[in-house]
Amino acid sequence: MSTMTDPPKADFRLSMLINDTRYRSLTFQVIAAIVIALSIWYLGNNLIQNLRAAGLNISYEFLGDPAGYDINQRLVEYDSQSSHARAAIVGLLNTLLVAFLACITATIFGVIAGVLRLSKNWLVSKLMAIYVEIFRNIPVLIWILIIFFIMTAVLPSPRAFRGEDPASSMVLDLFAFTNRGVYIPRPEFTNGLFGVTFLNWLLVLVVLVGSWFASREIEKRATKTQELTGVRPKTMLVKLAVWLAPFGILMFLMGLTWNVPELKGFNFSGGIKVGGPLIALWFALSIYTGAFIAENVRAGIQAISKGQTEAAAALGLRQGRIMNLVILPQALRVIIPPLISQYLNITKNSSLAIAVGYADITATLGGITLNQTGRAIECVLLLMLFYLTASLLISMGMNIYNASVKLKER
Amino acid sequence: MSDQTTNPIAFVAEGTIPPAPPPANETGIVKWLRENLFSGVTNTVLTVLSLLLIYVLVKNTMPWIFNGVWQANSLSECREILAGKTGACFAVLTERWPQLIYGFKYPEEAYWRPNLAFVLMLVAFAPVLFFDLPRKMLLFTAVYPFLAFWLIWGGTILVPLVALIGCVGASLVFRKLGSNSFAAGFFGAIATALVIWNVGGALIPEGASDNAWLTAVPSRDLGGFMLNMMLGVTCVSLSVPLGIALALGRQSNMPLIKWVCVIFIEFIRGVPLITLLFVASVMLAYFFPPDSTVDLFLRVVIMITMFSAAYIAEVIRGGLAALPRGQYEAADSLGLDYPQAMQLIILPQALKISIPGIVNVAVGLFKDTTLVSVISMFDLVGMIRGPILASTQWNGVYWELLGFAALLFFVVCYGISQYSQWLERRLATDHR
Repeated sequence: MSTMTDPPKADFRLSMLINDTRYRSLTFQVIAAIVIALSIWYLGNNLIQNLRAAGLNISYEFLGDPAGYDINQRLVEYDSQSSHARAAIVGLLNTLLVAFLACITATIFGVIAGVLRLSKNWLVSKLMAIYVEIFRNIPVLIWILIIFFIMTAVLPSPRAFRGEDPASSMVLDLFAFTNRGVYIPRPEFTNGLFGVTFLNWLLVLVVLVGSWFASREIEKRATKTQELTGVRPKTMLVKLAVWLAPFGILMFLMGLTWNVPELKGFNFSGGIKVGGPLIALWFALSIYTGAFIAENVRAGIQAISKGQTEAAAALGLRQGRIMNLVILPQALRVIIPPLISQYLNITKNSSLAIAVGYADITATLGGITLNQTGRAIECVLLLMLFYLTASLLISMGMNIYNASVKLKER
Repeated sequence: MSDQTTNPIAFVAEGTIPPAPPPANETGIVKWLRENLFSGVTNTVLTVLSLLLIYVLVKNTMPWIFNGVWQANSLSECREILAGKTGACFAVLTERWPQLIYGFKYPEEAYWRPNLAFVLMLVAFAPVLFFDLPRKMLLFTAVYPFLAFWLIWGGTILVPLVALIGCVGASLVFRKLGSNSFAAGFFGAIATALVIWNVGGALIPEGASDNAWLTAVPSRDLGGFMLNMMLGVTCVSLSVPLGIALALGRQSNMPLIKWVCVIFIEFIRGVPLITLLFVASVMLAYFFPPDSTVDLFLRVVIMITMFSAAYIAEVIRGGLAALPRGQYEAADSLGLDYPQAMQLIILPQALKISIPGIVNVAVGLFKDTTLVSVISMFDLVGMIRGPILASTQWNGVYWELLGFAALLFFVVCYGISQYSQWLERRLATDHR
């Protein structure tokens, strides 16, 4: 029986740095560190020299200066005397607004198209396949431009609403579709809390969340009763009451009125104006991303083995309940990870707003502010910082949701 | 027993019944229609709705397309020819064709050069895309980038020639040294290329491009769909090797390399391409030496390549992760070192798995080349939005122009995705 002997202790030779696996990775990392440090030094040195030559410095003081340009579509107070920082915030909120709206509608389009593409109806499934292929293979920028031009070319100008016998009229006397944008009625509260709009909306939100919790509690009770007695009590009416009654009472107490848009001179006033660029961007992003989501949904549903459908059918479930109770909950786990990246794509693609003049953060901070102040480095860095943060937050939030629906494995 | 005698059998079939045709409802087109289109109330409603949709689409677009005017000099002339009928004004496409394809500054007498480069590109790509073709054709593929550069930009042939010689020298050195040690070959090749380029660059005389056989075209004169194609092809070809390197770097067990790759990939994936193009157009110039002039095309190529390399790296990382651990261990147990194991065992399998993903990134990238119109480069969309729609003759011809752009992109992107599906079937070695 021989004993294992240690390998002969060789003296350290220089060639071991390259040939010996114990040292090689260290060598490579040292080389890499030197290369990276050198290139950073080189780029930084160039930057400093170029800035000195152009008489510039890195400073964020320009953010406090008055912006001097107007923004049509805005969620918070802003005028041309506001600072560049405020313009950036207006843009930031606009980005979030269009991304949020587009995520919702894209999901709806995508789920409908994805499910219909698997339909047994040959015509419907082929139509959906055409929709998916057409929208996936044409750049989103072209779609945004096409829809923007449709809006401006097909819809009437506000002038067409004027006169004794106008060429166009408002839909139901409530909505006005013009080529400058869509005007919808705005809810207002005559005797709300403290006369502060923001607090009123907060109150509405609180009431709705309360109703949601109450209706969930009712569902839970119904399930418990079903488990005890085998009969599920009817919850439909109670739930409806829980949703409607508090909301209705609140609206009555706060005195809800509608501020309907009306024609004043050459344009509409009152109501909420949803600008043409916003609609074009919103619709284009949702219909384009919807095509991608449709493919994800289809893949998710097809990933569920046929045995699941057959087992559910063997239990005597109807077609709709098989989809709701058996297939979709399982398919969701496959669908959600790609869905997250689609939401990220929507957020990033919303930066194309600049092509149709929607004032998102790329158009305000990276467009007009950059051109006016000439502070390219600062603006682009801020812009990247915002998108990085937004991407990280969205993926974090969706990952938490994903973890909650994930298959709990032992 | 007795039953048989008391109940005599009333009927005995003496022959087989001649085969009858199935009922009319169960055959041919009727059966297909019943099963696929009208199998229930919901289905019937869906079918009718779809037919209605198709009818509305066809009714509104067909006259527009078939009444189209192909020969006119302006929109008003188009309207005169149409005389009130609905119809498209495709004349804008015929009249502005060179602008749409080559941009508005590319010299007219040189249009044959990009055309030739395009045809040669098909030849150069053929052996890469279809591996049944003779392998010798790959030699032409290797020469093609330099040839295309010379054809499109023109100027002296010495510049692409020096670049080509540098690459050939580098590959010879790599062959020589790389068989012993990958690292030695790699760094030797880089050193050789740098030496040849510097020496050769110094040897090219000043003003060599002035009286060259092909007139030099500055890159700001490139435009139209040609620009989209050039950006797409260049950036995809450059970003695949870079993406492989990044993916391997992210898998590396050297912490420094790993973290550099992770930060790079996640940073690039977290910001939209437009901000990177802003970097290319307004910021990148600050990072080059003060007296150098790196033109916008090159800066855009750098940024788009970095962008797509990050996405391709993630796709390839997925392919690497999908390989069973046994493959890595088998390579180790055969005594292969890291470069050998990667070249011979891991990457061929991992890349095969990642083909659909890489093609998706390539298609997305090709579509994203339209974004350069935002930083005022005149690609196809930039030409449409800028010079053509702004001209007095063609102000207002949105549909025809955007429809044409959409059609071009659809044909290319759909073609690529069909190729990828063919390739997947072709490469499938498992039995199903």
